[in-house]
Amino acid sequence: MDTKEFLKQIVEGTGVSGYETPVAALISKTFAEVADEVRTDVLGNVIACKKGEGHGKDPIRIMVASHMDEIGLMVTKIDERGFLKFTQIGGIDQRTLVSQEVRVHGKKDLLGIIGMKPPHLLSPDERNSAIKMQDMVIDLGLPLEEVKSLVSVGDMVTINRNFIQLAGDFAAAKAMDDRAAVAVMYECLKELAKLRHCADFYAVSTTQEEVGSRGAMVSTYHVEPHIGIAIDVCHGEMPGVPEQDTAPMGKGPNLAFGANIHPKVYERLVDVAKENNISYTIDPVPAGTGTDAWAMQVTRAGIPTGLISIPLRYMHTSVETLSLADVKASGKLLALFIASIDSKFVEGLLCY
Amino acid sequence: MKELIKKVVEAYGPAGNEAKIREVITEEVSPYVDEIKVDALGNLIAVKRGGEKKIMFAAHMDEIGVMVTHIDKHGFLRFYPVGGLSPLTLIGNRVIFENGTVGVISNEKLEAQKDLTLNKLFIDIGADTKEQALEKVNIGDVAAINREYVDLGKRLISKAMDDRIACVILIEALKKVTKPAYDIYAVFTTQEEVGLRGARVAAYGISPDLGIAIDVTRTGDTPESATMDVSLGKGPTVKIRDSSLLCTPSVRRYMEDVAKANGIEYQLEVLEAGGTDAGAIQLTKGGIPAGVMSVPCRYIHTASEMIDYNDVVNGVKLITAIMETEFTGALSHYITT
Amino acid sequence: MLLKKLSEAFGPSGLEGEVRNILTEELAPFVNEWTRDALGNLIAVKPGTRGPKVMLAAHMDECGLMISSIDRSGLLCFRKVGGLDDRVLVSKYVVIGPKKIPGVIGAKAIHLQRPEERTQVIPLNGLYIDIGAKSKEDAERLIKLGDYAVFGTEFGHLSDTVVKGKAFDDRSGCAVLAEVLKEQYSMPIYGAFTVQEEIGLRGAGVAAYAIEPDLAIVLEGTTCSDLPGSLEHGFCTGMGEGPAITAMDASVITDKRLVNELLRLAKENNIPVQFKRSITGGSDAGRINQTKAGVPVVVISVPCRYIHSPVSMLSLVDFENTIKLVKLFLESIDKGGFAL
Repeated sequence: MDTKEFLKQIVEGTGVSGYETPVAALISKTFAEVADEVRTDVLGNVIACKKGEGHGKDPIRIMVASHMDEIGLMVTKIDERGFLKFTQIGGIDQRTLVSQEVRVHGKKDLLGIIGMKPPHLLSPDERNSAIKMQDMVIDLGLPLEEVKSLVSVGDMVTINRNFIQLAGDFAAAKAMDDRAAVAVMYECLKELAKLRHCADFYAVSTTQEEVGSRGAMVSTYHVEPHIGIAIDVCHGEMPGVPEQDTAPMGKGPNLAFGANIHPKVYERLVDVAKENNISYTIDPVPAGTGTDAWAMQVTRAGIPTGLISIPLRYMHTSVETLSLADVKASGKLLALFIASIDSKFVEGLLCY
Repeated sequence: MKELIKKVVEAYGPAGNEAKIREVITEEVSPYVDEIKVDALGNLIAVKRGGEKKIMFAAHMDEIGVMVTHIDKHGFLRFYPVGGLSPLTLIGNRVIFENGTVGVISNEKLEAQKDLTLNKLFIDIGADTKEQALEKVNIGDVAAINREYVDLGKRLISKAMDDRIACVILIEALKKVTKPAYDIYAVFTTQEEVGLRGARVAAYGISPDLGIAIDVTRTGDTPESATMDVSLGKGPTVKIRDSSLLCTPSVRRYMEDVAKANGIEYQLEVLEAGGTDAGAIQLTKGGIPAGVMSVPCRYIHTASEMIDYNDVVNGVKLITAIMETEFTGALSHYITT
Repeated sequence: MLLKKLSEAFGPSGLEGEVRNILTEELAPFVNEWTRDALGNLIAVKPGTRGPKVMLAAHMDECGLMISSIDRSGLLCFRKVGGLDDRVLVSKYVVIGPKKIPGVIGAKAIHLQRPEERTQVIPLNGLYIDIGAKSKEDAERLIKLGDYAVFGTEFGHLSDTVVKGKAFDDRSGCAVLAEVLKEQYSMPIYGAFTVQEEIGLRGAGVAAYAIEPDLAIVLEGTTCSDLPGSLEHGFCTGMGEGPAITAMDASVITDKRLVNELLRLAKENNIPVQFKRSITGGSDAGRINQTKAGVPVVVISVPCRYIHSPVSMLSLVDFENTIKLVKLFLESIDKGGFAL
């Protein structure tokens, strides 16, 4: 399948943190076509393995984590007229929720609207302050009894948004954070088929990153990799944000370095990019990267980690925008990196 | 059961200082279990054999408290909270140390009520000098809230309902269970109030196939309270989420199945803030399926936490039934494959 | 003096190599086996024949700065590594990168400020490091994006017993641990010099995972605020009042049995000790305590004034007493006079 088509499928799929099953099924099915085995663990992580040529008892394991969960909403109460109160899963800017169409995942999927009072009825004070999430409701347009029979406290809600192709190779959708990274792993699996590699590649679509990298924590524990790479998104350049806090769009993957990243893993990523004329940008990060790499690094007795990020604008909204060329380039870089790893490199990771 | 509740909620045992409550519980459960041990962090682990798989039940036996950090020359004590305490609930309250010393909490003069912070509070134990105070307490000593249990009939009030009421439920279930479907690891955990610390290491040591925490949860049934669709008296809850975990969906369904099969009234719980031991259990090693049953409780982390007796009775029924019921649905798939 | 060498070493969180080298060199005659891990923790292994496996831990890293971009004019923008107070940064001398390029942190002169500016904290994005470069290109010849910087403070004596220097948190703990590792015990001892404590207690947990200790002793240089303007109950510790023992901090409740044994030993040997009287802030002890099936821990600290700033201060009497107390504690465990 074309990587763009795969990305379209998965960003339009559903998988709020803790409830990733629907999107996990899409990913498992497609990955099964290009990997040697695909399994799911207790926390719902999808672990696809593509074996390398390394033989012996303990082949090199490279784990790549791209989180497949998305931020979302959860029903907390059905009021006496059938309006739904809700809370958030993951960090949502409440101002982006107003006037959105949503899908409530009850006994069946229901369309709803996050409505608000019309401007005519607002006082000037009200008009000038943001609406708080606790004051918003979802309107299903259905009678109370029907709502009660179809929806229950704890049901998940997502924004109703299709994949939008913008000019050039830019595209927008919900959940680009971080399913674009899942697409990077898919691209990488396809690229690897053309290359020789001695390491086993574990492509892990992780769960619950948005609530604290919980899926990465447990999957890293049981995969027990020699090297862990997280793929995530970073802030793309835009007006009003300092240049040093963003990365340019369309100029290739953004490579982080700093305490969260093993210096030799970073160096190798840079070397591979240079050798293969893949353009990249760099990002010095003084402490936590806020990605699965942060959890992976301190698993068990410590894992050497790396981080590849795709520049993305409007993070944690339903119109997350990125360059599809960056997705492809990241997949290629990842594949070439994996192909470059041998046991000598892995041994060197402990020589400080 | 009310006698047991009184005994367990009134026992002393702030986080990190669980020796006394551990003794009380050990004495209660010993006759009913096959094995008892205490681990490096003081968790009390009672094992009742039943089958190949292991289910860990966690009820935390620690309570919130205050730790003495300074004694001034007039014998007044300064303190830090052990667990989440609001200064609003402390003024005029009494606290008690492990050796029985009682003190009262009061505050420095305040310009305005909003200036009330924990570092403006002190404990008076009736000493005139630092030396007198040191005869009774030292820096590093921890006091619990000192408040007696009250039986209102249907409703009960006490300090430390969080989470001793869950300890009672677990003790009673251990007494009642006749045919456990699996090995039961009933863990009375330590240091939950300071970050789920006991449960985390206990789960690592036990490596259970399933973890179920029993805790209290807040309600939305008091005047002008924040939105929460849980009330006292409508049964224990099956948790869906809190800030520490998204309960494993298959565990939640299994718990609901057991409740329905046994005609036990329950509520669904979405808690927006707060965490519980299951959050730590779920993330142990390569991941453990985890769920939570909560007892609805008003005024959590105050000297007067209120619960409904009927919810406790139903809670015991549900936990006992879970102990005796084989896994269903997707959960059995996880655990047996 | 080892403390001087350690204090002046370049070692922000994530780049602790220089501290590692000083320690392996200093301890070469006393330690035969070293292990290193994926994060850069350095662990001195002293095998034993009986008794509990004891882990001692002190963190090598210090707070610092990281160069995040270079301005057109050749000035360097930076981010903080670890919990530095923005207010201590202005008008300081720093050294940057592997070549230790000297630089100063400058700000707009007082003459150019509006009156209201003078009472406000200068925000981080209003501060620059000036290395004397004439342009961006000029700066790039000396500095790479992501280079670390630390304060360029010299170690020195204020009196026979009081010293000043940077990074006493936790190089004083490293120095205590190094002295202790020069002794020989019959139980197995693991001296872990950890990394990345200041950015979230990152190193200690993975070190403890590999070591699997029966108990752990964390050595720290800790807050001391016995200053005019502080209330007595906010002092945290007092300088010159002896090693500080932690009952609880934000990350851990220490093991009572270990704490009581320390108090007993101090009393018996006339070593002054004090409790750390503040609960805020975490320590490596938190991570070690939560490792695998749980590890009993205790924290012993040298009180240091002005930690997390360019220059801190400690009493050598406290420092020596800390070494003495830790050694007594290990002897007591070694003799089996104290068991968990």
